[in-house]
Amino acid sequence: MSLGRTVGCVHREPRRRGRLSAVLLKLDVNFFDWTILAIYFTLVVAIGVMARRAIATSEDFLLAGRSLPAWVTGIAFISANLGAIEILGMAANGAQYGMSTLHFYWIGAVPAMVFLGLVMMPFYYGSRVRTVPEFLLRRFNPATHLFNALSFAAAAVLTAGVNLFALALVINALIGWPIWVSIMISAGFVLAYITLGGLSGAIYNEVLQFFVIVAGLVPLVIIGLHSVGGYAGLKERVTHTALGANSFHTWSGTAVGHWSNPLGDWIGIVMGLGFVLSFGYWTTNFAEVQRALSAKDLNSAQRTPLIGSYPKIFIPALTIIPGLIALVLVPKLGQLDKAGNPTGLPYNDAIPALMNKFLPNGALGIALAGLLAAFMAGMAANISSFNTVFTYDIWQTYLVKGRRDGYYLKVGRIVTVVGILVGIGTAFIASGYSNIMNYIQLLFSYFNAPLFATFIVAMFWKRATPWAGFWGLVAGSIGAAAMHFGGYHIAYFYPGGVYDPSHLTDNEQMLNFYGALTAFVADVVVTVAVTMVTKPKPVAELAGLVWGVPDPNAPDPNTVPKPPWWASPKLLGGTSLGIVLVLSFIFI
Amino acid sequence: MVDPVSDATSASADTPQSAASKLFDIRLIIGGLFTLYGLMLTISGFFTSASDRQKASGININLWLGIGMLVLGGFFLVWHRLSPKRVEPTPDQPEGTESQ
Repeated sequence: MSLGRTVGCVHREPRRRGRLSAVLLKLDVNFFDWTILAIYFTLVVAIGVMARRAIATSEDFLLAGRSLPAWVTGIAFISANLGAIEILGMAANGAQYGMSTLHFYWIGAVPAMVFLGLVMMPFYYGSRVRTVPEFLLRRFNPATHLFNALSFAAAAVLTAGVNLFALALVINALIGWPIWVSIMISAGFVLAYITLGGLSGAIYNEVLQFFVIVAGLVPLVIIGLHSVGGYAGLKERVTHTALGANSFHTWSGTAVGHWSNPLGDWIGIVMGLGFVLSFGYWTTNFAEVQRALSAKDLNSAQRTPLIGSYPKIFIPALTIIPGLIALVLVPKLGQLDKAGNPTGLPYNDAIPALMNKFLPNGALGIALAGLLAAFMAGMAANISSFNTVFTYDIWQTYLVKGRRDGYYLKVGRIVTVVGILVGIGTAFIASGYSNIMNYIQLLFSYFNAPLFATFIVAMFWKRATPWAGFWGLVAGSIGAAAMHFGGYHIAYFYPGGVYDPSHLTDNEQMLNFYGALTAFVADVVVTVAVTMVTKPKPVAELAGLVWGVPDPNAPDPNTVPKPPWWASPKLLGGTSLGIVLVLSFIFI
Repeated sequence: MVDPVSDATSASADTPQSAASKLFDIRLIIGGLFTLYGLMLTISGFFTSASDRQKASGININLWLGIGMLVLGGFFLVWHRLSPKRVEPTPDQPEGTESQ
């Protein structure tokens, strides 16, 4: 399962048989668990029904009326990323790579979230753009805008479909329903709550889901640690597995030139993952930024990713730790025989396997509700960002302009239904031809790779010209593709630097990081080159969009009420980075 | 109730007023659900079978999870009680003062 848009959740089972399947595992669900599930899913739909009365305009539907408090948007910000594929995938990474997986959270997420809140949010929220592509339209030109809007919309629908299929696979494995029944029922729930409740319905469900998934995972960690003899016992026992003693040190073996860390050298980790991939995902992916744009004022919008960064710091305790516990307690987890056939459960089953092993009915129902909700949230976040981009950036900007707002509200609702139908179609295609889906997702990951380069140049260099925006994105996408097709011919990406002609042992995570770096460099070089030979926009048109060009219509900073000290973005962001720094030294 | 910051783009004659202020308060939902789940699990925790307890490494997990969920549910209900949602976005007031 490689989800191009989600940093780090790219977990591949050894040798490209990445499927969230659980052939051997069936949960012992009883009446008590079913009651818990029934209550939860009734409430999911009820939230959509109740949120409906708060919708009168298209912005109410597509941006929750820009009215939500920071703690709600902050939790939704992290929850939109905490889909079930991410949870199961990170536990799998934990079992396969050990503590190095922490890089996906600390270096690969928190700095970018702080940067979004402190530096970029004033441009997004302050300029009153309604979507991320709309920023590119105002900063550059329609070509750049369409390139980004179309690739985002297509990727969002596709990811929604892939989430739906993954959900159906898990329901099929754990409960035994046929795939097509699971697809239709889950899509029906998502359809109900986001067509009725719009983004408010989606965000409120994300907040609820966050607490339920935490309640579902905490018991696994407590029981698991207790049964392996605490954290010290876990460390001791993991040392005796194939992962070895280094698995509890995040930076061991990351020396450039002769790496042995499962994630490669530190250049790839710091620059590729920590800078390009992470900043690209967290600061330009509209499914994330949209949560901040729905906040009630600039201060709340800035605090959205900052508040979200705190849970992000500690979520590894609920994913990586269960992964490691499963590694020592589940026999033959992730093991393959010489022919490449699995002899035990796949790594992706780490969490379901522990649920099966430890949880009595009741706690099992809570964990299952959290997991199913997390799958649906993964789909809903994509559909609720897709409908906004399609309605505002494609329909209103190019196809049918200048109608009343009520018209676009109606369009938004119809597009939501269409998006879900396409998602269902995608899920069915994925169930028959999973290879095709992998290739299409790979294609979209090329479009995402260079986005951060273009945005950072756009916001900090007012000379960058409209066509430079477009050609930079094109060049970056080509760079990412070139590295993907050429990278595995380079011996450096193989363990020990020894080229393997069968290409079976290359370090795919490391290639992924270096591919992102290639895209970034290609984008910046071409953006600068094209800027030199084309005409920049008049500075007056860039007001509020670029550093150092203030918006004359913006309210006087002295009249905006100062937030209380505890709501200061700088304090929140600085504290978050400080915690990460301390933890990084502890787990060095 | 359009955000006061957005005076530049505020409603033209064609645009209906936003109804966002009618949105219910999610704290009630979280508080209610967790209180209900907490009660269900805590009660079932009193009847945990020996085999279930052994399965969970000797921990009566339904009881402890139930108590934990009750505490979280209670927190959201008390928070909602102490500072109800304000209809109009006003400058922050000290916690607990009347705002409606």
